[in-house]
Amino acid sequence: MKLRDHVGPYFGGFGGRFVPESLIAALDELDAAYQAAKADPTFAAELDELHRTYTGRPSIITEAKRFGEHAGGARIILKREDLNHTGSHKINNVLGQALLAKRLGKTRIIAETGAGQHGVASATAAALFGLECVVYMGEVDTERQALNVARMKLLGAEVVPVTVGSRTLKDAINEALRDWVANVETTHYLLGTVAGPHPFPTMVRDFHSVIGIEAREQVLALTGRLPDAVVACVGGGSNAMGIFHAFLDDEGVRLVGNEAAGDGVDTPYHAATITKGRPGVLHGARSLMLQDEDGQTMESHSISAGLDYPGVGPEHAWLADIGRAEYRPVTDAQAMDALRLLSRTEGIIPAIETAHALHGALELGRELGPEAIILVSLSGRGDKDMETAARYFGLLDAAAGKDSA
Amino acid sequence: MSHVADTIRTRNAEAAGALIGYLPVGFPDLDTSVDAAVALLENGVDVLELGLPYSDPVMDGAMIQRATQTALSNGFRLRDGFEAVERIRSRVDAPVLVMTYWNPVVQYGVDRFAADLRNAGGAGLITPDLIPDEAADWMAASSANELDRVFLAAPSSSDARMRQAVEASRGFVYAVSTMGITGARADVDAAARGVVSRLREAGAENACVGLGISTPDQVADVLSYADGAIVGSRLVAALEEGGVAAVAEVAAALATGTRR
Repeated sequence: MKLRDHVGPYFGGFGGRFVPESLIAALDELDAAYQAAKADPTFAAELDELHRTYTGRPSIITEAKRFGEHAGGARIILKREDLNHTGSHKINNVLGQALLAKRLGKTRIIAETGAGQHGVASATAAALFGLECVVYMGEVDTERQALNVARMKLLGAEVVPVTVGSRTLKDAINEALRDWVANVETTHYLLGTVAGPHPFPTMVRDFHSVIGIEAREQVLALTGRLPDAVVACVGGGSNAMGIFHAFLDDEGVRLVGNEAAGDGVDTPYHAATITKGRPGVLHGARSLMLQDEDGQTMESHSISAGLDYPGVGPEHAWLADIGRAEYRPVTDAQAMDALRLLSRTEGIIPAIETAHALHGALELGRELGPEAIILVSLSGRGDKDMETAARYFGLLDAAAGKDSA
Repeated sequence: MSHVADTIRTRNAEAAGALIGYLPVGFPDLDTSVDAAVALLENGVDVLELGLPYSDPVMDGAMIQRATQTALSNGFRLRDGFEAVERIRSRVDAPVLVMTYWNPVVQYGVDRFAADLRNAGGAGLITPDLIPDEAADWMAASSANELDRVFLAAPSSSDARMRQAVEASRGFVYAVSTMGITGARADVDAAARGVVSRLREAGAENACVGLGISTPDQVADVLSYADGAIVGSRLVAALEEGGVAAVAEVAAALATGTRR
């Protein structure tokens, strides 16, 4: 069986459904609707049309020549998911699931969000399809990402700050699951990453697989061959699965995921789930996770809210386990340096999440040398991170800093 | 034989049914949680459901979340759970089921967890986020250690899943009264009656209803069609507001619902 043909519920020893019985019927219903949609050419046509006329697909590739000079002279090719409507890859999955929600006759969608990118994408789809939308967001994140909260509200969504637990993404997912249990008849849970109970990891991956399918063709057309490596950042792992998937059975192509190492993987302040985590059950699936000896989930830390998650999608845990993909940690400082470097060499300000992959590309390029071709998932744009970046690099003078606070 | 099933059977013979009471270990502290659990069992609660605090309790509402989070901030460790079971069992001869989310059991080691629970005098586990489909390890470990395993059935469960829950469970089947999470509700959902009757059609000997039950009237109402009524958040609230004395008082009041 090809690696690409795995469709869950299990990926090796990972995946499954570890959720309350009350949700099983909804997951079965969703799985059946998704299978039916996959087999129905009108669904694919509808989604393609939306991507062409709304998302802005196919997204282009950009060869980053000046940036590549810092990567051992390797050819660095950026897959520009930052140019999608709403500014990141998240829209790929959101439109797919929103179409499914309509097919299921659901009138309300709920979503969790960390940095706010998935929340904004969900609110966007809800506006487009006329669905009610509630976004759960940890209270800590609503404070860090106030601008995205305003965007969601402007789009007509209700944003619910989650005040329990660590008040971050993992607690927002818990709260969304609680809402879903209570409102499952009218509500679709629009999960934003390749984690959660089956069918979410498979379905979300499939909706993002367009990234890798397009990029594989584009790199072949540009360079005449497949890349030596494909690099992406990994929090829950949706953009990485999206770009990896088309290459899973291309043996010569290395797949490299970059996890958030925060202050460093040997400190308590990181989100490097695959590097430092152990197998366990979180948010409905068996995967790798950051946890203490008793199995209590530990808090993760990253300058990037989108990677600040103590779990990871089960397919990544499996790809790591079988050695098909490698996962490397990237610290806050390394990511921020790469963010500045891409800005100054290419005129592209990436999201802080994405900057982790850019550091990964610099590292790989130096290892592989000037003959190498490295494809990087440029998963999101950095507009949302300007306040964090400006503060980090000291670009705000004291008075301006005060005004913006 | 299952101590839990025996107790439920006895209570259905001599009264309207069994009262099952939930409290978490370690709230507000370990000693008080043990005293409160003993007080429940001495004041009319027939089976204890002892909750292990967990960082991500997706089936629990605000009341129980707050209590278990307090226990975790106070340094709750899994070994405290076994100690609590042992201490409670040394003082009261009533069955103690442990309610736990699945990951702590996995990390402790399923076989080791089962053996230690049995050695502590525990009767078995209620597993809110473990469905029979994923429970092969637990089925084997619970059988080897003669422990009960309580799986859930929901209003949304198909007939096939009802049968699966009945076949996999030992002790009783937990009939979820409503599509939702724990917490007191003014009305216990009419759906509960449907879940219990469907469980009986699927062959359940003991079906106990939980979620939303907080008054003696609700206990009496539920016991008119079910074998047991499970009360949680109301007891936790009593413990938070008035300590062990308040828990005893509320338990005794709820128990009047078993005698109508």
